[in-house]
Amino acid sequence: MPITASLALTLPELILSLGALALLMVAAFGGDGLTRAIGWGAVALLAAAGFSLTGPAGNGGPGFDGLYIADSFSSFAKVLIYIAAAASILIAPGFFARTGQLRAEYPILILLSAVGMGMMVSASDLLTLYVGLELQSLSAYVLASFMRRDTRAAEAGLKYFVLGALASGILLYGISLLYGFTGTTLFAGIADSLGTGISTGEMFGMVFVFAGLAFKISAVPFHMWTPDVYEGAPTPVTAFFASAPKVAGMALLMRVAIDAMGSGTDAWRQIVIFSALASTILGGVAAIGQSNIKRLLAYSSINNVGFALFGLAAGTPEGVAGTLTYMAVYVAMTIGSFLCVLQMRDADGQPVETIASLSGLSRSRPALAAAFAIFMFSLAGIPPLFGFWPKFLVFDALVKAGFWPLAMIGIATSVIGAFYYLKIVKTIYFDEPAADYAPSDSKLEGGLIALSALFVSPLGYLAIPALGVASMAAARSLF
Amino acid sequence: MITVIAFYLFAAMVIASGTLTILARNPVHSVLWLILAFFNAAGLMILVGAEFIAMLLVIVYVGAVAVLFLFVVMMLDIDFAELRAGFAQYLPFGVLLVILLLAEMVFAVGAWTAGGVDIAAKAAPTPAEVPNIEALGTLIYTRYLFIFEGAGLVLLVALIGAIVLTHRVRGGVKTQNIAAQNQRRPEDAIRNVKPTIGKGVEL
Repeated sequence: MPITASLALTLPELILSLGALALLMVAAFGGDGLTRAIGWGAVALLAAAGFSLTGPAGNGGPGFDGLYIADSFSSFAKVLIYIAAAASILIAPGFFARTGQLRAEYPILILLSAVGMGMMVSASDLLTLYVGLELQSLSAYVLASFMRRDTRAAEAGLKYFVLGALASGILLYGISLLYGFTGTTLFAGIADSLGTGISTGEMFGMVFVFAGLAFKISAVPFHMWTPDVYEGAPTPVTAFFASAPKVAGMALLMRVAIDAMGSGTDAWRQIVIFSALASTILGGVAAIGQSNIKRLLAYSSINNVGFALFGLAAGTPEGVAGTLTYMAVYVAMTIGSFLCVLQMRDADGQPVETIASLSGLSRSRPALAAAFAIFMFSLAGIPPLFGFWPKFLVFDALVKAGFWPLAMIGIATSVIGAFYYLKIVKTIYFDEPAADYAPSDSKLEGGLIALSALFVSPLGYLAIPALGVASMAAARSLF
Repeated sequence: MITVIAFYLFAAMVIASGTLTILARNPVHSVLWLILAFFNAAGLMILVGAEFIAMLLVIVYVGAVAVLFLFVVMMLDIDFAELRAGFAQYLPFGVLLVILLLAEMVFAVGAWTAGGVDIAAKAAPTPAEVPNIEALGTLIYTRYLFIFEGAGLVLLVALIGAIVLTHRVRGGVKTQNIAAQNQRRPEDAIRNVKPTIGKGVEL
């Protein structure tokens, strides 16, 4: 395969990385005054990268001698990642400008992180996987402590870095074991080798790889960093962490599990089932006592990752399609919730994060309260809202694969989760009003909230045919 | 014959300079002995046909790491007499570590001779006629080009991160403006005066 054909497959990554370099020059010479313009430039680059998926980069097959693959699965995940990354760039300037730390590197780091996530979801070799993951994580560590004068942000960044390095070490150890015992880092080669029986060494390698990846999607028991990092990081960065890297990590996990270890499904299924159950239960129970909305949303993301993992546990194309749909809806719900959190500012414009401050929001800001309620109901998976649909798909796939007891337990755990989501709705609608928030100062943020609220509202069901076809095509390309 | 002589020469030099690295009283001498040890190790690598590692040893270890050590040793005012104190106190721990390492070596040799896990057989061997620099170059810059570029981006992110997290603009710092210095003409800065006696000068 000529190098140009391979490069054509990586067109989204090329556009993003070259664009990021160009914007970096603009940032270096233009200074922080150009941050908003650079942000729009970055969004345009993400749009261009998304558009390039209509060409060979969308479904062109393997490239670079099997290191990289462009199929409908990677395209689906990339579209989600680019949307989430663009949203986190757009919501940032308002937040950082209020704290006086508007800096031009933010959109560039998000772009480079998006390059890493593109590599992750298109990886068909353990090396591509690792380098992509590191590129994404390293940008994330910097973003977490982007407000370096804030001690909580510095703590979040340091914690994330140390634990992330540990997880990378675990992952790398697993990769080296798999390489040692199968003699290749290509997913196809590993699948062949596992097909002839799984040796103890390969088993250990699989477990370590799963543990490393579970850290990146913050599935229990590798979730400890999530609440602290989400609480400490600046809110737009938290919105980013909760959306795009989760999609990339989940897509990567699915590709590794099915492409590379598909012949060992029975071996990894127990790990995924345990992690899914533990995530949904712990995510639900631990969130109940939280008084900080960002910590609560962190546990909510752990909880949701657990539900998404149920689809993978089914190990069927329907299950994978369900998980992909779940991630699509989850991105909209998460971005929407964090946009609402961004609106929580006291009269001086300083961000407030306590749940108590939401009391009686329905009387002072009815539209914001309604949007918040829609996101909470949707995250809880309550039927008329769109958040119900992916949960249904995932459990439907589980039942079809013959895991109906597991599906029943999963549905029971979603009730635990519903409790704290409903508690927020109760705080917003029925509690005595607390001090008013500062009025909204950004039409863009309001528009984005409205857009994501519309998507997760019952109107979202109109998207089911398109979403169903796309996610099924994506899932089929893995099997 | 010449290879045998070369091997014993290099090997003996490595051991001797390694020993002297530990025994030298002056830390600067220690670093210099270390450099000699690196050079001879590079010679050994050439003998086994690993010319790339030999060059790596000379360029990276001698050229960068050892020089860095030398700077550190010279710049830091370390009281080495104090560092050496407490030898008897830490001796049992040191002996324990030595025993552990020795046991590991014995195990490793035992496993090696017993055949052990058959890992090496699975790794793809290098074709005999290709020099290993060429083989590595093909792998890094052709086969794994995509990942190599990705690693480059990782380093770029590290660079941006370091600047974002540590760089701050300080007020009141006098910096050099070379363009302004070059554009400065004599007539801007120099004034020829002919002071007459008894009148003083006008400034």
